[in-house]
Amino acid sequence: MTEIIQKVKNLSIGFKSKKGEEILILRNISTNIKKGETVGIVGESGSGKSTLALAMMGYVKHGLYTIGGECEFNSSNLLKMKNRDLEKIRGRKIAMIPQNAGQALTPNLKIGYQIDEALQLHSDLKEEEREQKISELLNKVRLPSPETIALRYPHELSGGQQQRVAVAMALAGTPDLLLLDEPTTGLDVTTQAHVLELLNFIAKDTGTSMVYVSHDLGAIAQVSDRIIVMYSGEIVLEGPSRDILKKPIHPYTYGLLKSIPKLSLAGLPQSMPGSQPQPGTIHRGCSFFDRCDFSEEKCKSNSPQLEYLEELNTSVRCFNHKSLMNDSQVNQTVNKIKTSLQDKEILNISEVSISYAKQNLLDQVLNRISDDNPTVKDININIKKGETIALVGESGSGKSTILKSIAGLLRTKGGIIKFDQKRNLSSDLKERDPNDLRIIQLIFQNPDESLNPNHTVEEIIAQPLKLYFGLKGEELKKNIIELLQKVRLGEFYMSRYPRQLSGGEKQRVAVARAFAAKPDIILCDEVTSALDVSVQAAVLNLLQQLKEDFGTTYIFVSHDLAVVRAISDRVAVLYQGRLCEVGPSKDVYQFPSHPYTEVLLGAVLEPDPDIKPKLVAEDIVEEKPPQKGCSFQGRCSRILGDICKSEVPPWQITNSGNSIRCHIPLKELQKEQIN
Amino acid sequence: MLFLIIKRILLGLITLFIVSLITFVGTEVLPGDACTTYLERQAFGEQLEACYRRLGLNVPAYERYVSWAVNAIQGDFGYSLSGEMPIKEVLGPRIKNSLVLASAAIFIGIPIALILGIVTALWRDKLPDVAISTVTIFAMTIPEFISATLLILIIAIWLEWLPGIVIVPTDVSFFELLPNIILPVIAIAMIMTAHMARMVRSSVIQVMASEYVQMAILKGVPYWKMVFKHVLPNALLPAINVVALTIAWLLGGVVVTEVVFNYPGLGRLVIESISNRDLPTVQALAIILASIYVSINLLADLMTLMLNPRLKTLQIRK
Repeated sequence: MTEIIQKVKNLSIGFKSKKGEEILILRNISTNIKKGETVGIVGESGSGKSTLALAMMGYVKHGLYTIGGECEFNSSNLLKMKNRDLEKIRGRKIAMIPQNAGQALTPNLKIGYQIDEALQLHSDLKEEEREQKISELLNKVRLPSPETIALRYPHELSGGQQQRVAVAMALAGTPDLLLLDEPTTGLDVTTQAHVLELLNFIAKDTGTSMVYVSHDLGAIAQVSDRIIVMYSGEIVLEGPSRDILKKPIHPYTYGLLKSIPKLSLAGLPQSMPGSQPQPGTIHRGCSFFDRCDFSEEKCKSNSPQLEYLEELNTSVRCFNHKSLMNDSQVNQTVNKIKTSLQDKEILNISEVSISYAKQNLLDQVLNRISDDNPTVKDININIKKGETIALVGESGSGKSTILKSIAGLLRTKGGIIKFDQKRNLSSDLKERDPNDLRIIQLIFQNPDESLNPNHTVEEIIAQPLKLYFGLKGEELKKNIIELLQKVRLGEFYMSRYPRQLSGGEKQRVAVARAFAAKPDIILCDEVTSALDVSVQAAVLNLLQQLKEDFGTTYIFVSHDLAVVRAISDRVAVLYQGRLCEVGPSKDVYQFPSHPYTEVLLGAVLEPDPDIKPKLVAEDIVEEKPPQKGCSFQGRCSRILGDICKSEVPPWQITNSGNSIRCHIPLKELQKEQIN
Repeated sequence: MLFLIIKRILLGLITLFIVSLITFVGTEVLPGDACTTYLERQAFGEQLEACYRRLGLNVPAYERYVSWAVNAIQGDFGYSLSGEMPIKEVLGPRIKNSLVLASAAIFIGIPIALILGIVTALWRDKLPDVAISTVTIFAMTIPEFISATLLILIIAIWLEWLPGIVIVPTDVSFFELLPNIILPVIAIAMIMTAHMARMVRSSVIQVMASEYVQMAILKGVPYWKMVFKHVLPNALLPAINVVALTIAWLLGGVVVTEVVFNYPGLGRLVIESISNRDLPTVQALAIILASIYVSINLLADLMTLMLNPRLKTLQIRK
């Protein structure tokens, strides 16, 4: 039996509502963190996972308070400790790595100072020794040239670098326990894989215990020894990570795993209906009852207790776990997508380039953009009617930029965007007539920001109907109700405001608004990134259904390759605003592929401890595309030499119609680099 | 950076040019002119002609603008009508008096405002916050002519501690002026301090709720060190611009307060010269007040730029 370093006992945390009722965020949580182990806490947003992690540091957010229970560290209760004593534990014994390092580093202090501060507080080192130590720490988190990084301000680093600095800062106090709150959410796939690999290395190297909080089972699978699944403020399942991921004996975990799209499976994952109950909802029975596929009559009135199963070393909160145990191998079934591809090409993008360069006075007078190295260049894609084409790449790959140009939010520098073979959309934006605007609609990543908070759902959906079709009165209302039904929302949603909707419902409203214009093309900009996995699956299924009904064409932008695999017919891989590979999605996801596609695919995290990400290229950030040669030359591990640096690679076309832009012969590309 | 400063200065000069044009055109299109005002009923025939010649009003408007502008740049605003004194000499002591009043209010008001704002934010919703916030809201909402009148009534008339209104020659020396300015300073500082304290409070509260402050707490940084290193530098940065506007407002003459206390500053001069239809003085005042606003805002922007590492590097990179 290894030593227990943090003991959470019957912890309940909550807040007082305006009516004075006690509303629980965490309900009676008990768990132990052992020395040297990594525990993953997983759950959807609002499940209380971050509150639990913060409580393990004796920190309760403004507005919340401890209702009962304790967090015991070194046999003292952190939640009752004085601030002065907590200061000696925080950073020294228990350290935190925050979700968003960009926000969590103080903007006016240099990186070096912020690490030094932790060293001053938690070590007895002298000044020169501390300087030495800062370099050492920055080296350990694999930041290039530590001396110069230390002199920079947080905003001068990339997202991945900021996250590494946060890790270095946490390690400065050589803590016994590291708490990680979604440390890789918001990072690019490749960066995320690298940071996780670093964390794994640190866990092994220092023997530190870790608590890893995330909504992403893929990330959790890569790091944790043990997993705690939370739902609605309670622990519903806790056990060794392999067992939980391979044979989940709680219906929620089972559903969660089924709703994650996988690289190996084309088609849409099954969604879990419903959503997590709001804190404060009173239910006598199981909190998961409404969404459960295995529920029985008794689940409605009796709430199950957390039960420890000796033989599995697992605790589960479900009456039915025995029946699940027998057949809970997650046999993922997917809804194969039907392609509604027609032969007619609806959008031709040829030789398009887009520049963000500022126009100088002469250019403004001549109405031109002079930039010999534009952000996006040489984009040639012909999109067929009814097709779903996905643009993928890391941040800065130009995928959203291309969407903006198609939508008319950004003018192109050169090239032609042609709709339906005849209408040229690449001319000045002001020349688009209402019909040009109607045929292309956008759905944004974050419905919180794309829906006007002061409009009701009715007003939001009414706007395109009024604008494009001049509908009024009864007819308008009829159309709104129809659209709401199409996105599976009831009529009663009409009078609601966006803030009264859940994340998934908001995105449905945004989808309904886009379809209200009866568009030919819908541009989807990371539409599921802000949603929980179970909701993501539902939205993807909805989009697919609507497409089959209306014959719409989707241009889908995403950084998540598994999501792209699930929904798209064709994939275009972009790096630094240049196309690397275009082809049918089943071929892009197989060899031969462009070295960059290989990097992206290798970095995808699957919720399976046996599938490790393959890190092929360094996750450096290039600020500008190279002047000449291949766009990927700076990071390519298969670089041939001068030819890659001087000549733009040719398009090579495989038998299945997959186009790869690389100097390396197809036969060579066929071979996977790392097995 | 240097390029940016030059650009901002040029923009400021253009603003001043436009202000001078507007005031010149404004005084031009108004019915009547300096001579008709000065001569009143005798404004006809030979006498009017003579006055026009003397003041140079008989040449076309654009010529007059150019010569006025050329002189103004050299600090010569021509003659005031009422006293037939050079405007330069009228303005000098007034500017000095306004400066004395403004700097007194600034030196007292800003530190108090900062302290009150920080205290209320750090003890948010606790007793010190509730007490101070109530007082500041009161101080903010009572118009200055009421608070000024009350001050005169209580301190000057009932208690007879200080003179109620300022009855001193315009060009009095600083030390003779001192007892006279205490009441006006209190009246102005009250409103200004209250405004700024509220501003500082919300700014500090916002920063206290930020993720980097939470991170500093979780890093084990002691409370006061956190406040001084992580909170205040970030919270007070946006306050610089508000402070600048307040200073410009003060220097530009706090009209109401100056009138109530009969204080010989720029604000009262504005009122006097408008009611006397002393157009050359109004023109000069407009240009001077505009330059005060422009230059103080410029200074504030540059200061923000210097102190905010984020803006600084952004500018350099461009």
